[in-house]
Amino acid sequence: MAASLLVTWRSCPRTSWSVARRYLSATPASPPSAVTRFLLRLRQQFYDVEQLMTWGATFRNRAVRRKNLFYGFAQQNYGDNIAAAYYILSLKGSFRFAGQTEWFQPDTRGKFSFDFMNFPTSMIEEVDLSGTPINRDGLDNLVSQLQLRRLSLRGCPEVDGWFLTRLHMFSDSLEELDISHCPRITVGALCALQHLRKLHRLNVSGLPSVQNPGLVRILMEEMLPHCIVTGAEYSQGLSLEDTTQTNTTHSSTYPGTQPKEEESGPTSAQRQGQMQ
Amino acid sequence: MSTWLRLTSRIHHLQAVAIPSQTLWPRTRSFAQRTQHVSTGVPARSDFFKNLDLHFKAMQDKAAAALPGSDWMPFEVTPGLPPERVDILIVGGGVVGWSIAYWLKRTKPRDALRVLVVEKDPTYSQASTVLSAGGIRQQFSLAENIQLSLASADFLKNINDHLGVLNEDPVDLQFNHSGYLFLASEKGAHIMEANYATQRHAGAKVKLLSPTQLKGMFPWINTDGVALASYGLENEGWFDPWTLLSAFRRKAMSMGVEQSFGEVKGFNHRVHSIESKEFGRLQIRRITHANVQMPNSMEIQPVECTVVVNAAGASSGAVAGMVGIGSDPQAMEGAGTPIPVQPRKRYIYVVHSPHGPGLDTPFLIDYSGVYFRREGLGGNYITGLSPEEVEEPDTTNLDVDHDFFQEKIWPHLAHRVPAFESLKVTSAWAGFYDYNTFDQNGLLGIHPQVRNMYFATGFSGHGLQQSPAIGRAMAELILEGGYQTLDLSALDVKRVLHEEPLLEENIV
Repeated sequence: MAASLLVTWRSCPRTSWSVARRYLSATPASPPSAVTRFLLRLRQQFYDVEQLMTWGATFRNRAVRRKNLFYGFAQQNYGDNIAAAYYILSLKGSFRFAGQTEWFQPDTRGKFSFDFMNFPTSMIEEVDLSGTPINRDGLDNLVSQLQLRRLSLRGCPEVDGWFLTRLHMFSDSLEELDISHCPRITVGALCALQHLRKLHRLNVSGLPSVQNPGLVRILMEEMLPHCIVTGAEYSQGLSLEDTTQTNTTHSSTYPGTQPKEEESGPTSAQRQGQMQ
Repeated sequence: MSTWLRLTSRIHHLQAVAIPSQTLWPRTRSFAQRTQHVSTGVPARSDFFKNLDLHFKAMQDKAAAALPGSDWMPFEVTPGLPPERVDILIVGGGVVGWSIAYWLKRTKPRDALRVLVVEKDPTYSQASTVLSAGGIRQQFSLAENIQLSLASADFLKNINDHLGVLNEDPVDLQFNHSGYLFLASEKGAHIMEANYATQRHAGAKVKLLSPTQLKGMFPWINTDGVALASYGLENEGWFDPWTLLSAFRRKAMSMGVEQSFGEVKGFNHRVHSIESKEFGRLQIRRITHANVQMPNSMEIQPVECTVVVNAAGASSGAVAGMVGIGSDPQAMEGAGTPIPVQPRKRYIYVVHSPHGPGLDTPFLIDYSGVYFRREGLGGNYITGLSPEEVEEPDTTNLDVDHDFFQEKIWPHLAHRVPAFESLKVTSAWAGFYDYNTFDQNGLLGIHPQVRNMYFATGFSGHGLQQSPAIGRAMAELILEGGYQTLDLSALDVKRVLHEEPLLEENIV
């Protein structure tokens, strides 16, 4: 049961995946350190430490909710696109407008230039929100960006199934999605991605709450036939005895599902080639 | 002499093995004493300071018991006996009962309100909550049902903020965000469109699909006979009901709600007779005590209570009958009607199909009433059907009728999903709906004949998905006297007496 650790936002959001632990229990990823175990013992002994930690968790919850508020003022006065751009930059994410090659991103201290305000009619095409505290309410600010093609949510601690169900609004445009290293994503959350029919690249590496990544990769490839799912090997999550059994059974089951076979021709052949 | 030495050394060795290492046996003990003392570790010197905090706790407990307001009795008390006096007694320890208990304690200081939840079965073997399929949907035809379900979905989104307990693991509901898919034939298409308008108006995210769109999204469906389909995009899916029940229970108990395992056998009540010009003589009752019988015992404890909440699920009708509702036909116009909640048995079959639909399987409900959903990742599905009124199975036990699957469910299932022509039933169970025979919607509020019994029952299969919002509504009703967030006066129990049914068209 880990005490909450402060997230260091100074690290570059695209490469880091430091996780803010808002709840006072460990995510399945790592064992608690000596400091957290000491704090846990203090908490079990003293009511005031327990109360301070509860307050700490409450304030962190509140901070995340404040970061994900609806930027109504910006939307009313400057339009949807500028409001969405401002929201992304305030969260310390970065983005690129459609038709441009230049990325707008904050510097290491979180400061950003307001050059994006020169393009009030440009829609956002590519967004990198890795490591940001975006949650399902924050998507209210991005509802209008219906030309969004690439979205990176690498290491976002608040992205869960409720967030992924809301991505159905981008079902006509989203082509690449990266949800690797998000601690709250489970298999039930991945079911929600079935609406994204245009998706052709999905990264599901390093999901701590998914117990059998190989099986999940196979099921995702069946669900989204035109999508390449990266980040999980077929043998991941299988023990040694299971691997030999799956090799013999998989070759016989695929001819049964005719409708999917036609659509997913190349991927199933690739799969069968790999399994046999 | 040497044999003595060898014997003593062997016995000493045995004793050294049997006794833990922190004991010190003085060497001066005699041989006879050593042979008799093969004990398992009573220390020679007990450490007073090691157990100091336990001594303090014991002293504090004794002091608290000596003060007035405690439950101390001078003679021996049966373990697990409910307290003699509580403020609010909740009959029924299912998800609705514990949700109400949680919401009651939530805004008040810890000792402001004394709440007791009485549950008759500690194993929950026949409780509807844990036997439920666990789905949550907003596709109802009644606006109140949609709002209740949306509010409950909002609760489940933030479940750890609400029900997280400090030293325990976070709550993991194993929520599958797959959505419900309702299919309509030609006859029902216009009802589905009207419902769609209501659902969109109330804020549910639902999409209507034509048969071609349906086939495009779900190629494994046979769209023969389907005129229209309605698919939930957000806030719909299924989860583990036991986890939700345990989370509510754990959090409520950490806030000070008491629990007692026992069955409510009757109520002591005071009766006021009132002369009314319109209705003649009225008998208004007020419950003073609830008689709780201990499990496997003839002992009955009368619990004095101010408010009784009837959240007893399938047995709510019986509990209401204990206080005389429905047994006095001349009482009040319409007040002679009993509470129309009866248990109805519903079967769920677990089937395995190797070539069935994959991860995108929604909770599909056909127009024939047959439903199924995916269970796990191994090609297992859960399926069921609500039988016709005339074919209702017997409710004395929870035995499963497998012929029901063969005759009634499988043909429709195989017709709708051709891959299910080859399947195998691996398991099945049965559970009770707390079926409201009047109009299959929840009954909330106070009965006019019994002044302090609140009802939260009769949900007919959607109690689990509405339980967080119901708990909040009941807590507002009890503590504030009226609904604050959601206005559920349309679901009041008085509609039974006025004979104004509030029908729900999407009953599953």
